[in-house]
Amino acid sequence: MSTNAFNRRRFIKVSALAGGGMLLTFDLLNGCKPAVSDVVTLPKEWYQLNGYLKIGDNGLITLMSPNPEIGQNVKTSMPMMVAEELDVDWKDVMVEQAALNADLYKPMQIAGGSNSISASWEAMRTAGATAKQMLKQAAANEWKVPVAEILTTNGMLSHKASGKSAGYGVFASAASKLPVPEKVALKKVSEFTIIGTSRKNVDGQKIVSGQPLFGLDYKEEGMLIAMIVHPGAFGQQLKESDISGVKTMPGIVDAFFVDVYPEKLERQWSDVAAFPKLLAIVGKSTWQVMQAKKTVKVETEPIKPTSKKMNVFGTDVEMITPAGPENTAMHKEKMMAGAPSRTKTVRKDGDPEAVFKKAATIIERSYSCPFLAHSTMEPMNFFADVKEGSAILTGPVQTPSFLEKTISDRLGLPLDKVEVKMTRMGGGFGRRLYGHFGVEAAVISQKMKAPVKLIYTREDDMTNGVYRPAYYATYRAALDENKNLLAFHVKAGGIPESPLHANRFPAGAIEHYLAEEWDIPTNISVGAFRAPASNFIAGAEQSFLDELAEAMGKDPIQFRLELCEKAKSKPVGKDNDYEIDRYAGVLKLVREKSGWGTPAAPGVARGVASYFCHRSYVAHVVDIVMKNNKPVIEKVTTAVDCGIVVNPDAATNLSEGAVTDAIGHAMYSAITFTNGVPDQKNFDGYKLIRYSEAPKKIETHFLKSEVDPTGMGEPSGPPAIGALANALYKATGKRFYDQPFFG
Amino acid sequence: MATFNLHINGKQQQVDADPSTPVLWVLRDNLNLVGTKFGCGIAMCGACTIHVDDVATRSCVLPVSAIGSKKITTIEGLSEKADHPVQKAWMEKDVPQCGYCQAGQIMTAAALLKKNANPSDEEIESTMSGNLCRCGTYQRIKAAIKTAAASL
Repeated sequence: MSTNAFNRRRFIKVSALAGGGMLLTFDLLNGCKPAVSDVVTLPKEWYQLNGYLKIGDNGLITLMSPNPEIGQNVKTSMPMMVAEELDVDWKDVMVEQAALNADLYKPMQIAGGSNSISASWEAMRTAGATAKQMLKQAAANEWKVPVAEILTTNGMLSHKASGKSAGYGVFASAASKLPVPEKVALKKVSEFTIIGTSRKNVDGQKIVSGQPLFGLDYKEEGMLIAMIVHPGAFGQQLKESDISGVKTMPGIVDAFFVDVYPEKLERQWSDVAAFPKLLAIVGKSTWQVMQAKKTVKVETEPIKPTSKKMNVFGTDVEMITPAGPENTAMHKEKMMAGAPSRTKTVRKDGDPEAVFKKAATIIERSYSCPFLAHSTMEPMNFFADVKEGSAILTGPVQTPSFLEKTISDRLGLPLDKVEVKMTRMGGGFGRRLYGHFGVEAAVISQKMKAPVKLIYTREDDMTNGVYRPAYYATYRAALDENKNLLAFHVKAGGIPESPLHANRFPAGAIEHYLAEEWDIPTNISVGAFRAPASNFIAGAEQSFLDELAEAMGKDPIQFRLELCEKAKSKPVGKDNDYEIDRYAGVLKLVREKSGWGTPAAPGVARGVASYFCHRSYVAHVVDIVMKNNKPVIEKVTTAVDCGIVVNPDAATNLSEGAVTDAIGHAMYSAITFTNGVPDQKNFDGYKLIRYSEAPKKIETHFLKSEVDPTGMGEPSGPPAIGALANALYKATGKRFYDQPFFG
Repeated sequence: MATFNLHINGKQQQVDADPSTPVLWVLRDNLNLVGTKFGCGIAMCGACTIHVDDVATRSCVLPVSAIGSKKITTIEGLSEKADHPVQKAWMEKDVPQCGYCQAGQIMTAAALLKKNANPSDEEIESTMSGNLCRCGTYQRIKAAIKTAAASL
């Protein structure tokens, strides 16, 4: 569409729309990206009825997708919620990535915690329903009929008695001038026609034809390419040294040391970065900068130990960074010893210590997992154009509003002079919650007084990670002489945090229960990963429950369901963090769909696991056969309760991906350290699951539900590890306690 | 620096680049063809896959000086309207999640089907195992290749 049309676009002030006031302030620079097809006829005029949508005079609809797209498909699924209440035909809908606007888009434009759909469930539907009501009112005014008698369907307004009808485009202008209704009714689940139906990725055609969508694809006139050199080892920092040699390399414009995070700068939680000082190399082409980077030898010195307070969502958290080089062997030793001085009880029901003392049998097992790199296929990168008094940043980040704040603080610019624009992301998995690379790009652009694109090589990406922590857990169970479960004890910790969710199942199902956790500080930068902490503890817990069921002579699903029954009929403790009927529901569904209890094909071994995290419930049955001492995953049967499923095929894709992701990491992946240096630097040393190793078949079943949507991106991953471990035991007679199982 | 005349997507293109520059960066930096992706730089992930005379090739380790008169096809040149059977199958099965690796997956699959319109599961597996998908869309990649093969 022409820029002229943008200039003529109307602005309408809207207030108190939904979710505590959405003010309409649209970003004109965001552009209009037809998502349906390039051959649609664009309207002459767009009318904005609120910040989530505009309606063209020809009835075409543009819906805004507020949240960052990392592959979780929110750019399709979130606008579906608006379209549902607006009553439009999905084929008339185009989707645009919304600009960052904290006042407009509530609760927050963030990709994390499997939150996007559930957190915006009310706001997005209300936006659609409100606009629909305004269109109805505009038609009622014109037709002089009661608004309640007007019906809407597929972008059409109609009035039966008078026989009048018109498309939304006809009344878009008039509707845009009407006051915004304060309260609108939302549809019942039974009235949905879009939510609950599968809609294809609105960017599908662009993706398969290689069009520029990603941060790495973003270009501007006069843009320079920047890369960084970091100390190479955690526990070390750069020492300024002579770098004049690199400046004379072909195509190099400049090279300099940058203090990305000066000590006085107060960091947010999203500012995790082990290397606050870096060497920046700036040049004209990517290859030339890469070549120059290879020639650089930097000097380093050990860091000093620090202890700082960091504000994490309103809570002051003590961040301890010890000095000294760390090694994987040392990490393992420390985790096996636990950290007695840093151990605390996080839940206690009954008198577990006394019960353990009189137990006939005690089963005790320990589990571990290594650090992991996120390995998004698109390496970290960001574009920055910092000028005197303003900064524009464009790129892949899961936390754009946090990046905006840090840029404002770091450059000393008012927040309204900093703009962060979102691109599609080549994967997130939690890595891009930490936007230090955006800050680095901004600081380099400021120094260069030019637009700059910062690009990490894969080696930078893997060795300057914000890794999944290493975890360790010991489970104990006390049985009486009749093999009844009397008491349960879990003690878990990690480097540098505990993976434990003490109030999750089976807490509440066991009278005597003790949960303890500990942590060991590190100077290795760590952060969220897909399903933080659950991605380890679910596998450990579910493996232990499997072993416990065997010791008690029970079927593993029946054993879990008996625990569910106890948690339901006589719950222990007060803070149980799950809905037991939903937990039992996915177990029953997976039992039915997997053919559990019927003999598997010859050579096939089966394992089951279930877990609750990110507000959703998932159970898997994994079928494997062993070939050359390695498992071939023949089939995964998945049962999910994530409430109402907005876009079933997209949710299925996401669940399949989470299963493959979790199984892959549990089987193969590990980052290890030698004197602070990551031993794996690229995909030759760091193994990710490949096509030949992926499950041959994944069958996903959603529990029919009218509960508001709960998380989807993460919950299917964690229990897949337990189900795999339990199948491996059935196949080999050996229990798998330490990840990676086949590293 | 040297000047190279390259045959890319049916057109002759002249570029000035250091002879050691991988084709990946010539495409992305010099020619604005950014559909070919940078993933690892060591031919381990397949995100940069292009066709060189119809053979799937990792462009991140292929120096521009090695091309000569060979014909290069990138994802942008696979079809004019995103209607190559493999692209259509990819859309039909709604394969992509983040989408970053998919151009490379599609180029690898398209080269396989060009060579063998009816590949066995084993051939698909051994061919596609060089392309990483971090989102884990392997089941859908398999389904899309079968769909594309059936349409040929």
